[in-house]
Amino acid sequence: MKRFILPFVFLAGLVTLLAAGLGLNPREVPSPLIGKPVPEFTLPTLADPEFRVSDRDLKGQPYLFNVWASWCPTCYQEHPLLMQLAERGVNIVGLNIEDERADAIAVLEKGGDPYRVVLVDYDGRSRIDWGVIATPETFLVDANGVIQYKHTGAITWQDWAEVIAPKYQQLLTGAPRG
Amino acid sequence: MRRVVKALLFLFLIASPAWAIDSFQLPEDPQLLARYQALSEEFRCLVCQNQNLADSNAELAKDLKIELVELLQAGKNDEQIREFLVARYGDFVLYRPPVNSATAFLWLAPLIAVSVLGLVVLMLWRRGRQTETATANDEQVAAALADLKKQKNS
Repeated sequence: MKRFILPFVFLAGLVTLLAAGLGLNPREVPSPLIGKPVPEFTLPTLADPEFRVSDRDLKGQPYLFNVWASWCPTCYQEHPLLMQLAERGVNIVGLNIEDERADAIAVLEKGGDPYRVVLVDYDGRSRIDWGVIATPETFLVDANGVIQYKHTGAITWQDWAEVIAPKYQQLLTGAPRG
Repeated sequence: MRRVVKALLFLFLIASPAWAIDSFQLPEDPQLLARYQALSEEFRCLVCQNQNLADSNAELAKDLKIELVELLQAGKNDEQIREFLVARYGDFVLYRPPVNSATAFLWLAPLIAVSVLGLVVLMLWRRGRQTETATANDEQVAAALADLKKQKNS
């Protein structure tokens, strides 16, 4: 009987390791940008292609930087939550990528517009600087323009309540610093 | 029936593997092109994850390949290009991750596995030898017993 103990412990260890691996989301790659200033950008807005917004314009208060596209089903899933957050006064900036202007505007006209401003990056240049893999992704940026947190995939109410809201609150009470 | 099989086999023969077609301007300089090809095989397409940039048709992979061409044409060396991508996407973008505290286990795991295996083999081998000596002892004891029996009977 004793001789089975070692192989059993080994097997149990292996199973635990593999089970933990199965539970991980391979899309949740840790972002190397956390703790760093947002990448520099000057991008046209969705509402007015002639009007450009830069990273410096957004400084002064914390914001959620939400990357989305009109063809992205997970973004639709997330949309009602963003609407409610906007109603509660959460500052959300959108980045619309890999999209058509008309399609993106249609989505916001139909489902409501939770964004303070939507920037467009249709040549994919800025999204590479942000290290965006797939929509939706949301960054939490503080008042000084430093990235504090990154969420991959749709934000659920649980994510908001347990993780993002406390961080956002902390940034609000701490802001403006320096 | 044979005809069908033949036709099918022929189809397999003429079916060429599908390559990702790059719809953008590749560098014309053969040296840059060679470096472009080598680098695009070295980076992971983060959307499809198990393909490299060269093999992938995903929008992100396309954008990254365009970026790659521009970095090459701007005269950046391979190391600078790797740094550019790692700064944005992390070590995960590299198919050959660097050795650091986060990847130490990854690099050491094969060594650990081989050592454990070696240890197990060594233990089994030693146990095998012990059994052999045990058997030898058993035989000697049996012979001695037989001798005793003989003496008793005689």
